[in-house]
Amino acid sequence: MSKLTFARAINAGLRKSLENDPKVVLIGEDIGSLGGVFRVTDGLQKDFGKHRVIDSPLAESGIIGTAVGLAYRGYRPVCEIQFDGFIYPAFDQIVSQVAKMHYRTQGRVKMPITIRVPFGGGIGSPEHHSESPEAYFTHTSGLRVVAVSNPQDAYTMIQQAIASDDPVLYFEPKRRYHDKGDVDESIDLSNAMPLDKAAVVNAGSDVTLVAYGPLVKTAKDAAQAAADEGISVEVIDLRSLAPVDYPVVEASVRKTGRLVITHEAGQSGGLGAEIAASITERCFNYLESAPVRITGFDVPYPYSKLEMHHLPNLDRILDGVDRTLGRPNSLSGLEG
Amino acid sequence: MLTDKAGKGVQNDAPRPGQSAQNPLRTGGNLLQLVSPEGERISHPEFDLWIKDIGDEQLGSLFEDMTVIRRIDTEATALQRQGELALWPPLLGQEAAQIGSSRSLRDDDFVFPSYRESGVAYIRGAHVSEIAQVWRGNALYAWDPQRINMATPQIIIGSQSLHATGYAMGVQLDGASTAVLAYFGDGATSEGDVSEAMVFAASFQAPVVFFCQNNHWAISEPVRVQSHVQLADRPTGFGIPSLRVDGNDVLAVMAATRWALDRARSGGGPTFIEAVTYRMGPHTTADDPTRYRDPNELEDWAAKDPILRLRRLLDVKGLLTEDLEGRVKAKADAVAAELRNSCVNMPDPQPLDVFNHVYSTPNSWIERQKDHYSRYLNSFNQPVEEGAL
Repeated sequence: MSKLTFARAINAGLRKSLENDPKVVLIGEDIGSLGGVFRVTDGLQKDFGKHRVIDSPLAESGIIGTAVGLAYRGYRPVCEIQFDGFIYPAFDQIVSQVAKMHYRTQGRVKMPITIRVPFGGGIGSPEHHSESPEAYFTHTSGLRVVAVSNPQDAYTMIQQAIASDDPVLYFEPKRRYHDKGDVDESIDLSNAMPLDKAAVVNAGSDVTLVAYGPLVKTAKDAAQAAADEGISVEVIDLRSLAPVDYPVVEASVRKTGRLVITHEAGQSGGLGAEIAASITERCFNYLESAPVRITGFDVPYPYSKLEMHHLPNLDRILDGVDRTLGRPNSLSGLEG
Repeated sequence: MLTDKAGKGVQNDAPRPGQSAQNPLRTGGNLLQLVSPEGERISHPEFDLWIKDIGDEQLGSLFEDMTVIRRIDTEATALQRQGELALWPPLLGQEAAQIGSSRSLRDDDFVFPSYRESGVAYIRGAHVSEIAQVWRGNALYAWDPQRINMATPQIIIGSQSLHATGYAMGVQLDGASTAVLAYFGDGATSEGDVSEAMVFAASFQAPVVFFCQNNHWAISEPVRVQSHVQLADRPTGFGIPSLRVDGNDVLAVMAATRWALDRARSGGGPTFIEAVTYRMGPHTTADDPTRYRDPNELEDWAAKDPILRLRRLLDVKGLLTEDLEGRVKAKADAVAAELRNSCVNMPDPQPLDVFNHVYSTPNSWIERQKDHYSRYLNSFNQPVEEGAL
């Protein structure tokens, strides 16, 4: 067991995948001698060569489009998109090509492509550096979408994503890159929790709180604070955003009767809406109150002096918990 | 350059644009032509070498292939008009470009087509029923890409130029001598992906040939809307040598493609070929070119018909015998009949097939939807019991 930062844990996972499979190649902007703008690929080009850790031209569609060709040739490309807001130029290649190639060819061509995306806010960045674009991709059939929330998962899930024969969008919460945690580097991937499973990270009985990526830590902190007031919150780390592991969420809601979902992305059409609807369909008779979403606002990601208002925090989450419990809250007395 | 498995070659050691951009073959926008529209053989000191093995028999076989793919095209257009195909993108007029280029490929070369390369697919070994399946709407795929070394049709304009470049980068990593050919049209050169593909291909010196069939029209938009310069001028700015060939001259297309493929295989890097041709039919069976095209233009190009030109060459050489004509017609008739039969007798896909192959591993969302839809379909077979709601 070693103590690693989030970024080092991903680095260690990438290293392991490069060692284990000669078909794994990394491609992205500045990932070579610089080691990526967040140093996640630090030292990998030095150790594996420029032919396996490829500094690409500054062209996101080109990164993903050439990865499609590499996959066609039998490689397992791991693409780095430098920042969340830079993924849009590659959107067409991701949703029209990466996602559909397996379906289009009746399973004859696999796209084992991993697309790493540092996502989310909270680091005081300028425009295009703090977005949460995951819903665009969860809406696209053919893609698997995951978001990691701790160094151990980061280490394990990057290797699982690379080993997956399906394309995986791998979202990394950039404001947690420097958080440290225990990582068991000897973990046997075949025994590890599968890539598409959700984890109950805090057991509770009054309210189910669903989070992923950067907000898992905030959700756990909120559960701790709620416990101080005698409210028992069960926190679920989704891990997989597409597909969502509904049986785990369902079992929890059947127990608690209440559901709060939190994400940094804007509310409308977001993952929270999908989860609220699906859980309502599946658990209607068990719900004691309507599901509540605590999310970013439906605004472009704001300038950094205002981002603390946009991002869900512990207090906003607890306010949502109070709403499901019928306790006094910021919307008390408001109809509808 | 991405080269050997030992990792010695590195992309940043590639010649910089300018160093690698020598392009002695392209001068003043001249069109490479080895056969005149009147069927006269025009000699060229350099490119004659690339077709010196094309004797009488090979000329006959090129004539056969061009005639057969024209017949496939005519038959498919008729099948669409009869409601047997949902749509068809005609290749009428582009037979020399498709046959000249595809007949230049080795079996181990890999092709990334656009949607109009039905003639290329036929030459690569796709069955006509596999070609028809796509346009009938019975499958998104046509053929097994790994079997014929040709990707399935690509409808998003220019996307495949990046796939070809990535595949070529993989060829470099493998240390193989395979070449990769990407087909796209004049409209695609306006797409960002084609520019990005040229950036990547030049930077990594990838063994890819960009084969642009400039058929003059992107649906209703003429090529002058796409480009202020000749299309073959564009790649030189990326450090990629280019050739502008008469796309209705099968020998010129073949010589140029062979030259470019050989460059790719021998580490010379990417090449861009602009095959200047003309789409004589509509973009697809869904549009009407009389709304946007001057009929005189069509007449001018009909005089440069690629099959007519080869016939004239064969005639000049005394090769246009009854035997050849009869043989070619019989072959074209047989292929057309096969296309028609396989098309009208094609079984419909099964309802639950809609859920297959989205992922290579199970996905709980789709499994559930498939299960629910299957129950729904089965409900039609169940008697509804009194009071059972």
